[in-house]
Amino acid sequence: MTAEPPMTAEQAVTPTNTGPTVTPPWCDRCGEAADAGDHAACWAARELEPPRFCARCRRRMKVQVVPAGWSAVCVEHGERRG
Amino acid sequence: MAEILDQARTQVLGNGVGLDEAGVLAVLTLPDEQLPAALQLAHEVRMRWCGPEVEVEGIVSLKTGGCPEDCHFCSQSGLFASPVRSVWLDIPSLVEAAKQTAATGATEFCIVAAVRGPDARLMKQMREGVAAIKAEVDIQVAASLGMLTQEQVDELVDMGVHRYNHNLETCRSYFPNVVTTHSWEERWETLRMVRESGMEVCCGGILGLGETVEQRAEFAAQLAELDPHEVPLNFLNPRPGTPLGDQPVVEGRDALRAIAAFRLAMPRTILRYAGGREITLGDLGTRDGLLGGVNAVIVGNYLTTLGRSATDDLKLLEELKMPVKALSATL
Ligand code: SF4
Ligand SMILES: [Zn+2]
Ligand SMILES: [Zn+2]
Repeated sequence: MTAEPPMTAEQAVTPTNTGPTVTPPWCDRCGEAADAGDHAACWAARELEPPRFCARCRRRMKVQVVPAGWSAVCVEHGERRG
Repeated sequence: MAEILDQARTQVLGNGVGLDEAGVLAVLTLPDEQLPAALQLAHEVRMRWCGPEVEVEGIVSLKTGGCPEDCHFCSQSGLFASPVRSVWLDIPSLVEAAKQTAATGATEFCIVAAVRGPDARLMKQMREGVAAIKAEVDIQVAASLGMLTQEQVDELVDMGVHRYNHNLETCRSYFPNVVTTHSWEERWETLRMVRESGMEVCCGGILGLGETVEQRAEFAAQLAELDPHEVPLNFLNPRPGTPLGDQPVVEGRDALRAIAAFRLAMPRTILRYAGGREITLGDLGTRDGLLGGVNAVIVGNYLTTLGRSATDDLKLLEELKMPVKALSATL
């Protein structure tokens, strides 16, 4: 399956899940600041990985991978699915 | 043609007797220009001793993360700074995952838990989960729950689990470099009990953990001695935060050499492409492997990472005229 690409600033401003609408400051793969350092490798890896960190608050999410998809839950910002 | 391939043509293809450790090492160290011939021979061996069918399996993690063991490749160990958090799958979602797997035509559904061995809670979840799947889904259930006691082996048989996966992961001589919280021999003991119980033994490992090519040959020989029904072959996908997080991935040609060599060591086993094929070999690798000795695939996602789409794999099987093994053929 194709992974959902990392959340863009645009998507975060109009999120489908609940929670405050802010620009995501964090890389959802490595959990580091999205605007600091190079996350090209993270983006490439995300093709074959679900997100691990909430892009909005940097919390580690509870991630369940199943054969045909995944879900990732942040206690504060709700669920993402792919 | 390399001498070892001539020998394998007679011994393995002709007589169905696998290569020994020295023979496997000779295949693993063949020059690049001999690789197509090795893959071709491994394919012929698979077709002769296993047939054209491909066994398709889906896997799911019933309990993810928080494992007390320290397998250095594993993102689910609770001992490393891995971002994988502990999570349990509920039974309705487990049944749904089995349905998704069956919908691809798969005959095998393997339930996996990140544990040293099962506790009472996990065994209860298994009992309920397996019963719920059997009531609703036409698929065979396998399990991978770590090291077992004899009572747990008997319980799994009683639940109707038909195959048990427990990987030796790597050869005996290298194992202490990869795992320090339990031994290779402890794993072997679980495999022995599984074998004696009548469940099918599924045992493989991961290549690219830093083992030498000699140790890869040692591993193939040790697996051949165990003679498992199925051997899942993984290639390390280095996981952030684990001790092997910076390990280089296995080079594509070395991965294909290993596939051919493992097939030539075990002419009759189900040799399954498991995790890491997408990273090591890219999209083309799946085809090369299926034409080089592999006769089983995991479709869809893995336990904590994602795989190629099941549709792509099934299309490829159709194109290669390799029928998906039917449930009736496995019963
Ligand atoms: S026992 Fe299994 S889940 Fe636990 S660390 Fe080792 S490989 Fe990972
Ligand atoms: Zn990153
Ligand atoms: Zn959050």
